[in-house]
Amino acid sequence: MSAQPIVSIAGVSKHFGAVAAVDGVDLDIRRGELFALLGGSGCGKTTLLRMIAGFETPDTGRILIDGQDMTGVPPHRRPVNMMFQSYALFPHMDVAENVGYGLRREGLPANEISRRVGEALDQVRLGDHGKRRPAQLSGGQRQRVALARALIKRPKLLLLDEPLAALDRKLREGTRFELVRLQEQLGLTFIMVTHDQEEAMSMAGRLAVMNEGRIAQVGTPHEVYEHPRSRFVADFIGIANILPVDGGRAWLALRPEKIGLFAARPNTDHAEQGRIVDVAYEGDRSLYRVGLLDGSMLLVSTANVARAPREPWPRGQEVWLGWAGDAGQRLDE
Amino acid sequence: MPGRARFAFTALAFGYAFLYLPIALVIVYSFNESRLVTVWAGFSTKWWSALFANEAMLSAAWLSLRIALVSATVAAVIGLAAGYVLARVPRFFGRTLFGSLVIAPMVMPEVVMGISMLLLFVGSDQLVGWPVRGFLTITIAHITFSVAFVAVVVQARLSDFDRSLEEAAMDLGATPWTTFRTITLPLIAPAVGSGWLLAFTLSLDDLILTQFVAGAQSETLPMRVYSSVRLGVDPQINALATIIVIVAACALIFSGWLTRRKA
Repeated sequence: MSAQPIVSIAGVSKHFGAVAAVDGVDLDIRRGELFALLGGSGCGKTTLLRMIAGFETPDTGRILIDGQDMTGVPPHRRPVNMMFQSYALFPHMDVAENVGYGLRREGLPANEISRRVGEALDQVRLGDHGKRRPAQLSGGQRQRVALARALIKRPKLLLLDEPLAALDRKLREGTRFELVRLQEQLGLTFIMVTHDQEEAMSMAGRLAVMNEGRIAQVGTPHEVYEHPRSRFVADFIGIANILPVDGGRAWLALRPEKIGLFAARPNTDHAEQGRIVDVAYEGDRSLYRVGLLDGSMLLVSTANVARAPREPWPRGQEVWLGWAGDAGQRLDE
Repeated sequence: MPGRARFAFTALAFGYAFLYLPIALVIVYSFNESRLVTVWAGFSTKWWSALFANEAMLSAAWLSLRIALVSATVAAVIGLAAGYVLARVPRFFGRTLFGSLVIAPMVMPEVVMGISMLLLFVGSDQLVGWPVRGFLTITIAHITFSVAFVAVVVQARLSDFDRSLEEAAMDLGATPWTTFRTITLPLIAPAVGSGWLLAFTLSLDDLILTQFVAGAQSETLPMRVYSSVRLGVDPQINALATIIVIVAACALIFSGWLTRRKA
């Protein structure tokens, strides 16, 4: 891995009218990593991706790709390819023509184009679908055509805009692993935009959580989950109980699975007494809402390790909650 | 057949009869033996032979066809450009005015357009000796009003065009012009095609505007038909109408085929 980042974003802002879509973002993407931009709708993640691709121009700041300033460089001259959320397959061309489009723009000889198109289609297991039209393909096949088309020019950087959003749930799980495998095999840098935190956590090496045009936190999925730096991040990634500490001057973010349920006062660093208010049985685990004596509410999740009983802690049951001193993350903002 | 279905069928039959029976009669009477268009006197093709020997009618038809081909093609190119700008450029100086001016000829009375164009051509002819009224002036006049129709059709098509297709092309290394040539144009070709057909038919049967700007020697098919009807109709007109109906039907089928092939 080279020391120089493949993408360097410095002080980039973008306004649409009075709205700041991206607001003073600084971010370095390392060579060869799978990076995820994660956030809710309207957080600016797609605008940031489109500025890297060249479809939007930053109002302020600079974007460097592989050390080169991209200011004023149009999309067709950037060493970057993008996979669109809608896939944007050309409906008037067959699959092979779609995949070969980028190579034809380079003016390569026809036999080299058809050889490389064949390789690219084999790589995504669509070798015998070259003559089909996009409309004749399933959603998963369309996604793979879009991927092959974006990768055929061997870009330094592949941008993926919600790559799995258009797939159904079952297919999405398998495709996650396939994308990660492909990224590792090719040694390319992937930047992926997603609103699905589970997707970002399971695929990305590092991720940036975005909120209202700003980057709330950058880190590995583990860092962001276990050491959130703000209430927003703690709340956005997974589920968190946020408890006021130090007389309301700071907060503690406590994940539901870090809390244990006990019949009697446990021997943990912290212990509280409460009553089960609600139980959500999810099969592999159950989520409990527990009302404490002071009237506040805590979420606790336990893995259903044993097959019986179905409800080890029924509603209304008096319980003790216990957690370790380092189970939560102290938040000052 | 249940009562309601029978009523609906009858209503439909009457509707079609009202629209198409006159046309069917025109076609049938083109094979009439009699000179009188209202009296059937037996089958004959003599009016068809007379039509194909009618020099004035044939040269008028040829002139109309040439004008329609040229004006529709030029209007398609200009209308494509105008429609593209209206659909794609959100802000530029005078955009609202431009948008209104492009579609103004659709609602402008042809008499007004005719008189203003006649004054323009006469004035220009007096000043610089050009253009001589005839093929050129009629063609320019037809382009002027058919551009609006092409522009409207193209703009409508582009407004629901998926922009990410063009972005994908540029992302894959296509310049804006290559993107337009390989992605945008092929996908809006059916709209440009139907705009062309619209311009073609409008030009082919225009009478009012044409009469203002035509020269003494240039007589288009509608002008010829109109003047021959005033002298008294004979079934040659029926034969001519039959040809026009067939051409129009073919154009309609072709345009439908273009649209369906896209989908």
